[in-house]
Amino acid sequence: MDKIVEMIGVDKGFPGVQALKDARLELYKGEVHALMGENGAGKSTLMKVLSGIYKKDAGEILIRGKPEEPVGPREAQALGIGIIHQELSLMMDLSAAQNIFIGREPRLSFGRIDDAEMNRKAATLFSSMHLDLDPQTVVGDLTIAKQQMIEISKALSFNSEVLIMDEPTAALNDAEIADLFNIINKLKANGVGIVYISHKMDELKRIADRVTVMRDGQYVGTVDAKETPVDQIIAMMVGRKVQHDPLVVPEISDVPVALEVRGLNRGKEIRDVSFKLHRGEVLGFAGLMGAGRTEVARAIFGADPLDAGEVFVGGEKRHITSPHDAVKAGIGYLSEDRKRYGLAITMDVAANTAMPNLENFTSQLGVLNESEIDTATQEMVDKLNIRTPSIHQEVRLLSGGNQQKIVVGKWLLRDCDIFIFDEPTRGIDVGAKAEIYRLIEDLTARGKAVIMISSELPEVMRLSHRILVMCEGRVTGILPGGEGTTQEDIMTLATQRDTNQQNAGYIQ
Amino acid sequence: MTASVDAKKEGGFLAGLIKSGAHQKLLAFASLIMLLIGFSLGSPNFMQMSNMIAILQATSVIGVLAIGVTLIIITGGIDLSIGTMMTFCAVICGVFLTYWGLPLPVGVVAGIGAGAFCGFCSGTFVAKMKIPPFIATLGMMLILKGLSLVISGTRPIYFNDTPGFDKISRGSLIGEVIPGLPIPNGVLILFLVAIGVAYVLSRTVLGRYTYALGSNEEAVRLSGVNADRWKIAIYTFAGAICGIAGVLIASRLNSAQPALGLGYELEAIAAVVIGGTSLAGGRGTILGTLIGALIMSVLTNGLRVMSVAQEWQTVATGAIIILAVYADMSRKK
Ligand SMILES: Nc1ncnc2c1ncn2[C@@H]1O[C@H](COP(=O)(O)OP(=O)(O)OP(=O)(O)O)[C@@H](O)[C@H]1O
Ligand SMILES: [Mg+2]
Repeated sequence: MDKIVEMIGVDKGFPGVQALKDARLELYKGEVHALMGENGAGKSTLMKVLSGIYKKDAGEILIRGKPEEPVGPREAQALGIGIIHQELSLMMDLSAAQNIFIGREPRLSFGRIDDAEMNRKAATLFSSMHLDLDPQTVVGDLTIAKQQMIEISKALSFNSEVLIMDEPTAALNDAEIADLFNIINKLKANGVGIVYISHKMDELKRIADRVTVMRDGQYVGTVDAKETPVDQIIAMMVGRKVQHDPLVVPEISDVPVALEVRGLNRGKEIRDVSFKLHRGEVLGFAGLMGAGRTEVARAIFGADPLDAGEVFVGGEKRHITSPHDAVKAGIGYLSEDRKRYGLAITMDVAANTAMPNLENFTSQLGVLNESEIDTATQEMVDKLNIRTPSIHQEVRLLSGGNQQKIVVGKWLLRDCDIFIFDEPTRGIDVGAKAEIYRLIEDLTARGKAVIMISSELPEVMRLSHRILVMCEGRVTGILPGGEGTTQEDIMTLATQRDTNQQNAGYIQ
Repeated sequence: MTASVDAKKEGGFLAGLIKSGAHQKLLAFASLIMLLIGFSLGSPNFMQMSNMIAILQATSVIGVLAIGVTLIIITGGIDLSIGTMMTFCAVICGVFLTYWGLPLPVGVVAGIGAGAFCGFCSGTFVAKMKIPPFIATLGMMLILKGLSLVISGTRPIYFNDTPGFDKISRGSLIGEVIPGLPIPNGVLILFLVAIGVAYVLSRTVLGRYTYALGSNEEAVRLSGVNADRWKIAIYTFAGAICGIAGVLIASRLNSAQPALGLGYELEAIAAVVIGGTSLAGGRGTILGTLIGALIMSVLTNGLRVMSVAQEWQTVATGAIIILAVYADMSRKK
C-alpha cells in the first residue's frame, strides 16, 4: 500500500506541558486510521502539527515520501491535508454556505460574490451527505450537531487526499453517524487517507482499519482494528483495565419526588411535556437529535422561556425564570455545548470550577477565599484526573476532554439536589467516563436526583433507572431501566412521529 | 497572560500585583522607561522634579477615569460617557457646595454618588434593556453633557466659597510629611484608587465576575449567577470611580467647567488599550492602565518640553496608540 503520511519522532512542548514526545503515525492511502488515547494524550496536538497549525519542535513529517513542514492551514491544504477540528470554528453570524466557502467564494465581475452559485454548491454538498439543511441558514441558529455537519462538509469541499477528523461524532446522533460513515467509506474507496479520532469505542470496529494508540504524548503502538479486542486497545490507552459495574435499579415508587414538571409547552419545540423525577433516581432522556431534550432541560433551568407549564421542586411550585432562580431552587444544569455555554475559556481552571459556587467561597464583604477555592479545585482535578499543568492554567489551553471534565466538575462541586446533565461525557475518554458514571451513582446514592441526556444510547441505558423517550418535542414513553429494555424499544419510541401533527403541518 | 487570576497565586496581594503586572506589562513598562530616557536626553528640563510632578498631576484625572473604564472594558463593554459624566459629577459637586452651601464632605459624596447613579443607569440600560454598551453610553454621554449645561446655566461654578476644596487635588499631604517631595494629593488619590480597584478586581467576587462576564457571559448566566445584577454593580462601581475623577478635576480647576469633558473618554480608553487590556473583554489589569495613562501624559509633556508643536503632539499620540497595541498583539502571537 502507498504510504501517504509518515510522522516520526515528533516532539512538541507548550509552557509547562510536553504535549508530544516521540509521537509517530503512519497513514496509507484509502485507509481509516483511528488515533486513540486518553484526554490530553496529544492526539489533537499531533494532528495540528500535521495540518500546519503548530510547528513541531523536533521530528520528521513525510508526505508522499517527501519531507514537508506545513506552516499554516493554507499550505497544508495545498499539500492535500484537510482537518475537521475538535472545537467548532464556524462564524456564528454567517450562513452555512458562507462558512463553507469563506475565502474562496465564487465570484462575479467586479469582485461581487455569486451567492446563487455558492448556495447551489453548498446544497449539492449537503445532499451528497444526506444533510437536510438550507445553505442560507445562519449557523448560530443551528444545533451543535448541525454545526458539526457543516464543519464536515466544509472539510469535504476541499477534496483533500488526507482528511483528519478530530472527534467528528462527539455531537452526532446515530443516524448522522451512519451518514458520516457512508461518506467515509466513499472517500476511502477514492483513496483518501483518513485519520479518525474518537472516544467512542464501538466506532473503532465499525469504521477503522488500523489503530494507533498514544499515551502521555508518546507512541504506544499500532494494531489492526478488526482483529484486536477493544479491551486490549483500552489497556494500551490507559495502561490498566477499566471495569464496568452492573447497573442496579433501585425501587423508587415510594421515594419522594424531587422534581415534577407538568404540561411544559413552547411552540413546536416542547409539546406538553410532563414527568416526575424521584430522589435517588437517574432519569435518562433519550431521543433523536432535535427531539427537544435540551430544550426541555433549558426551559426547566430557566435559560429559555416557556409558553406554559409548571415546575414543582420537592413538591413545591417554583416560578423559575432564570438560571439564577433554578440554582436557588437546587437545580444545576450542565450544558451540552461547553465552549459556548459552559466555560469562560480565558479564565483558569480554578475560576471556572468555582463559578457556580462563588458564594460558598466568599466572606461577608465579597472577598474571595482563594485558598479554599484552590483546595476544592485541586480535589476535583484529582478526582476527575484532569490533565493540567496547574489549576491556574487557562482553560482554553487544555485538551477538549479535559475542558469537558471541568464543566462536570464545576457542577459536582455545587451542592444541588437535582442535576441535569446534558451530554456530560462528550469527548471524554473511556477511563474518565467510568469515573463520571461512578460519581453520578454516588450522587444518587446520596439522594440526589439526576436527569441524564445523552445521544449515546448505551450510556443512557448503562446509567438510567428509567428512560424517558422524546420525539418531536413530545414525551412518547417512559421505559424501565436495566436489562429488560433494549435499544430497539427506545428507538421505536424515539421515532414515533405524531401523524396528526405532520399532516396538519403539511396542509398549512 | 492570566494576570487577573494569577495575581493571587503566590505571596501577598501586592507581590502578586507587581509580579503579574511585571510579566504582562513588561512591554508597556519598557516603553514608558524608554520614553523617559529619550525625553531626558532630549531636554535637560524634562527630568526636573517639578516637571515629574507636573506629569503625575496631569495623569491623576485621566488615570482615575481610565481605571473606571477598565472595569467596563474587561466585561466586554465600553463606556463613552465617562468624560461628560466626570463633568456632570463636578457640576453636582458645585451645586451642593456653591449653590446650596453644604459642607465639603457632603459635596464630595454627592459628586461620587452622582457618578454611581449614572453608572447604575448605564448598567441598567445595558444589562436589563439589552442596549449595546456603545449605544447606551453614547446616549448617556449626550444626556450628561446636556444636563451639566442645563444645571449650571452653561456657566462655570466656582468653589471660592468652599475653602479647602482645591486642596483635595492640589494640596500635598506627602509634602507636609516629607518636605522635599511635594506630591500633590490628586496623585495620591490616583494611586489609592488604583490599589483599591486592583484589589477588588483580583480578590473579590465583583472582580471575578468582571472578568467572567467578559470571558463568557452566557456561561456565567448558566452557572446560576445573576449576571444582570452583577453587571449593573460593575457599571455602578465604575461610575463612582468616575465621580472621584469629577471631584478631582473640579478641585484642580477650583471650578466645575460644564463645557469640559468631551474627549476625555477617548483619552482614557486609549490609556486602557495601551496598557494591554483587550477591547474584546476578559483580560486586563489596573497596573497596565496606570502605565498606559503615564505613557500618554509623559508623551504629551515630553513633546511640549521639547517644544514640539501642539499639532504634532497630537499626531505622535495617535501613532503611539497604534504602535503600543501592535507591539502587544505581536507579543501575544
Ligand atoms: N496551546 C496549548 N498551550 C498549552 N498546552 C496545550 C496547548 N494545546 C494543548 N496543550 C496541552 O497538551 C496536551 C495534549 O493536548 P491535546 O489537545 O493534543 O490532547 P488530546 O489527546 O486531543 O485530548 P482530548 O481527547 O481531550 O481531545 C494537554 O495536556 C493540553 O493541556
Ligand atoms: Mg483533542
